[in-house]
Amino acid sequence: MEGGSNGWGLPPVPAPGHAEGMESVVSVRNLRKSYGEHPAVEDVSFTIERGETFALLGPNGAGKSTTIEILEGYRDRTGGEVSVLGVDPAHGGLDWKARLGIVLQSTGETGSATVREQLAQFAGYYAHPRDVDEVIAAVGLADKARSRISRLSGGQRRRVDVALGIIGRPELLFLDEPTTGFDPQARRAFWDLIRQLQAEGTSILLTTHYLDEAAQLATRAGVIANGRMLALGPLDELGGPTARVPIVRWRTDAGDRAVRTDEPGALVARLLAENGGAEPSELEIVRPSLEDIYLGLVGEPETDSAEREDAR
Amino acid sequence: MSDDTTTGRRDGAGAGSATPAQPAGVRTVRLGLARARYEVRSYFRQGDTVFFTFLFPLVLLTIFSVAFSEQPFGPGVSAARFYLPAMLAAGVLLSGLQNMATDIAQEKSDGTLKRLAGTPLPVVSYFIGKIGQVLVTATLQAALILLVARFAFGVELPADAASWLTFAWVFVLGVATSAVLGIALSGIPRSGRSATAVIIPITLVLQFISGIYLQFSQLPGWLQNVASVFPLKWLAQGMRSVFLPSAFESAEASGSWQLPEAAIVTGVWLVAGLVLCRITFRWIRKDG
Repeated sequence: MEGGSNGWGLPPVPAPGHAEGMESVVSVRNLRKSYGEHPAVEDVSFTIERGETFALLGPNGAGKSTTIEILEGYRDRTGGEVSVLGVDPAHGGLDWKARLGIVLQSTGETGSATVREQLAQFAGYYAHPRDVDEVIAAVGLADKARSRISRLSGGQRRRVDVALGIIGRPELLFLDEPTTGFDPQARRAFWDLIRQLQAEGTSILLTTHYLDEAAQLATRAGVIANGRMLALGPLDELGGPTARVPIVRWRTDAGDRAVRTDEPGALVARLLAENGGAEPSELEIVRPSLEDIYLGLVGEPETDSAEREDAR
Repeated sequence: MSDDTTTGRRDGAGAGSATPAQPAGVRTVRLGLARARYEVRSYFRQGDTVFFTFLFPLVLLTIFSVAFSEQPFGPGVSAARFYLPAMLAAGVLLSGLQNMATDIAQEKSDGTLKRLAGTPLPVVSYFIGKIGQVLVTATLQAALILLVARFAFGVELPADAASWLTFAWVFVLGVATSAVLGIALSGIPRSGRSATAVIIPITLVLQFISGIYLQFSQLPGWLQNVASVFPLKWLAQGMRSVFLPSAFESAEASGSWQLPEAAIVTGVWLVAGLVLCRITFRWIRKDG
């Protein structure tokens, strides 16, 4: 399948401040990062507009976390241009950090502070923090507010991470696989919380393994693998129109067949006619899900193997 | 990165909600004090540090006082009185250097520092919090040791203001130096798990050669010279000048308490430690 190249019918990354009325909170151009000889990020470009939620998708080791940690100022880049809230993260000062919220990929410390103490402590670092108890309630830990963080479950600790990420009322929130360890109920509650932040105008950069989560929360996404941006665009256009062409599958004596066509009905009618009205065995028509499209992009063979109708 | 766009943006951002409402210096100190309260509370919630750092010198004082109660240490000097200055000095070393070095190494590896690095907390506030924690815990520790020495073992404490003044400056200078050197040493362990294994041998050896457990004047001359390079020997000597009768002064290796020398050596270490911290401390290990 085609569509592996950057951005389907999307405008190239605009220069920062170029578009009138639209302001990029994140602008990444030709980002490169290598560890010694090993390149972790080879060529990644994207922008995030103010108020937008952007999802960075990709398999483990694709370079997602490296990219996000460069934007957060934790890592230095090898090459390319990066601007976060108008500042080069390699030189971001305290005023710059005050405008960010960071939820790191790993839940780290298991401190002896209670949930409330920890949040009150961090709230003090910011000029206009959210209300501590409101944030605790928002992440569903009201009844654990007086528990020590070290005594919480993994999923509950993750919620503390999220609470610490939003306590400072950030303009830009980084969420690196935020819902790892959440049960389905907690995940839905988390989505509601994020929608609330979106309604307040918070810009969000999200990485996740859950494509439904990306579909629920993000307006645009980039798919990254082996350090390169494979696709970039609105989620419902990701991979380009060809990636969404329905697949007709059936079984013949010669083996399984899979054909991509924009007219699956016509194809099925023709099959019936060719077989003299006999039902094709194991017939199905599949409209590729976001997951199928994603897997196709990052190189899982499944949907790649389908023939193109017009190629026959 | 094109500078015109970045600076243009930064100006725009300056008017944003993140502008601190108070001068940076005031904010740094205020956050530092808030950190100190938070750190002290965390310290006493950790059972292992309370025992091995906070109560350890007291436990040793008790053991020595009981074990050597029959031995003669000099006219009017019981085992408890003899070991009191040594244990006060050991407490300063443990509360400062050992506690800081292992604590910060642990915070480095468990992600505490990485998380703080992503917030607008100034590094100096973090240091104020740590040093504040050491000051508070070391003071409580010293008070506890003095109380037990006085009331459990009947040690006669000095009654004159001059002795307590000496105690005060030796203690504060010792705590500050010890804490700062602990912060500087926290970069050595490669992981939090190895921190105690790396740091405790250092402090233990230092205690043995500096006259904490063994009488300093009975050590071989070359070892005395080695120990004199480090601040603990001077700290212990300063403490002895406060709590032992003046008759003991002539028993010192140099025949004198050498308080000015103690102040100079410790002060040099304090300054060197501060410089080392400023140069070497990083929230996280950047990979370049």
